[in-house]
Amino acid sequence: MSEISVRVPQIRRDRLKRKLYFFSTVAGLLIVAAFFSEYLCPYDPYEQNMSLAKAAPSAEHLLGTDRYGRDMFSRVIAGSFTSIFSTLALVGFITGFGTIIGIFCAWMGKWVDTVLMRLADMFLAFPGLVFALAVAAVLGGGVHNAIFALAAISWPKYARLARSQTLAQQELPYMQAVRMAGSSSLKIIGKHVLPNIAGPILVTAMLDIGTMMIELAGLSFLGLGAKPPIPEWGSMMSDTRNLLATQPWVTLAPGVAIFLSVMIFNLLGDTVRDWLDPKNRR
Amino acid sequence: METILEVRQLRKVFHEGSWEDLLAVDDVSFTVGAGEKVAIIGESGSGKTTVAKLVTRLLDVTAGQIFLDGVEITNARGKELKQAYQKMQMVFQSPIDSFDPRCTLGDGIGESLRNHGYTKGEAKTETARLLALCGLSPDLGDCYPYEVSGGQCQRAAIARALAIKPQLLILDEATSALDVTVQAEILTLLNHLQQELSMSYLFICHDIALVQDFCDRVLVMHNGRIVEEGTADAVIRHPQMEYTQMLIDSVL
Repeated sequence: MSEISVRVPQIRRDRLKRKLYFFSTVAGLLIVAAFFSEYLCPYDPYEQNMSLAKAAPSAEHLLGTDRYGRDMFSRVIAGSFTSIFSTLALVGFITGFGTIIGIFCAWMGKWVDTVLMRLADMFLAFPGLVFALAVAAVLGGGVHNAIFALAAISWPKYARLARSQTLAQQELPYMQAVRMAGSSSLKIIGKHVLPNIAGPILVTAMLDIGTMMIELAGLSFLGLGAKPPIPEWGSMMSDTRNLLATQPWVTLAPGVAIFLSVMIFNLLGDTVRDWLDPKNRR
Repeated sequence: METILEVRQLRKVFHEGSWEDLLAVDDVSFTVGAGEKVAIIGESGSGKTTVAKLVTRLLDVTAGQIFLDGVEITNARGKELKQAYQKMQMVFQSPIDSFDPRCTLGDGIGESLRNHGYTKGEAKTETARLLALCGLSPDLGDCYPYEVSGGQCQRAAIARALAIKPQLLILDEATSALDVTVQAEILTLLNHLQQELSMSYLFICHDIALVQDFCDRVLVMHNGRIVEEGTADAVIRHPQMEYTQMLIDSVL
């Protein structure tokens, strides 16, 4: 009997491990492919050829062409660079910034905590995308401004998470022990707080990649993200939406690309969460 | 006898100024001499642990003064506090929780050493020596706190407290989480260490039987005040206060 009860969690853990390896490989490949997307395009994604405009999918043009005769397959591949890397930059930025603010608040306490957290509440009180729209409208379009607009409304989530996690760590007895060992605050934060709170923050960040990718594409769709002719999935859907009735593949191609990438990152996030779940230890 | 720790009219109010303020420690004064073993006993909630945390400055003092080796540390911060921690260290109640779960025991002990000017190599050798001094195999330094037993972990915690050669060791219920045989081992170790290193102990405890064997002097706390003070034998054999008598009776 004992063998069985020991083996079941082991099998579950092995399965989870395989899942983790699989999804991180797929996500890794996606990121690498996006990085080298320039070299993977069969045609120049910017080259217009009016004689080929609005062509249906064929062996030469796998996903057909848009109304300027640009190869859609190449444009979807080229679009991955902007879509994926601006998302990763956004998530990386808000995770880092939010975590630093959160730890700082928890550590300083008193008025610093109150002021910064009320500021975070203020940002949380705005309806997300509407605020991002306003910011992007004031600053003008462009990927950088879209990233900035979404970062402005997304960092408080991480600040709150990091703050509550840090406060929980501060209550633990080992904190008093390391303080008595004579470690400076910076050392305690770097060596003890960060490694202990990294898990939940990392999981939130992984799960946020999908959401952020959709929101960035949404801003681009509304014309506040990447400027044409730069290929970006959101703006490509927007450009081609009046062809939806006649040539649906032109609009669907970037849509499916968004869907697949979001799904891959969400599944990876879920797996990482399961992996770090203390119930899966041992 | 030289005084290592002097506490004058210590007072601590939690949540001061709010409607739920709580007077945890009131008008507590005592001294600990060099090489002396002083115990603070009392039931739970009597303020013993608060006194320990005030003395080690893990909590801020509401009123009163604390002198460590002649230096006032009542409001010490930063560098002053780091210097104070070179002279006094603490061993905590729950051994396993007093180590960072993501660091090995060796890292925990080494951190103290590294903070006080040891190089990485020196810290490693010294950690092994300290572990051996506390009756542990140096290999245990590579273990995580949840991989060892409570007794082993408490020995490692004592090793960590001894790392920077303090003159005063504060033991906050350091043996309560351990079973009786391990408790005896730890006390033997502490006795042995005291003879070797001539430290003072401030022993916070609710077990009177332990105190009688181990300590020179006893302070009895009740409701945040010291109600009785004297040599261990005198207090336990001829208690003056009803409360002390009650504590003693509760053991038997």
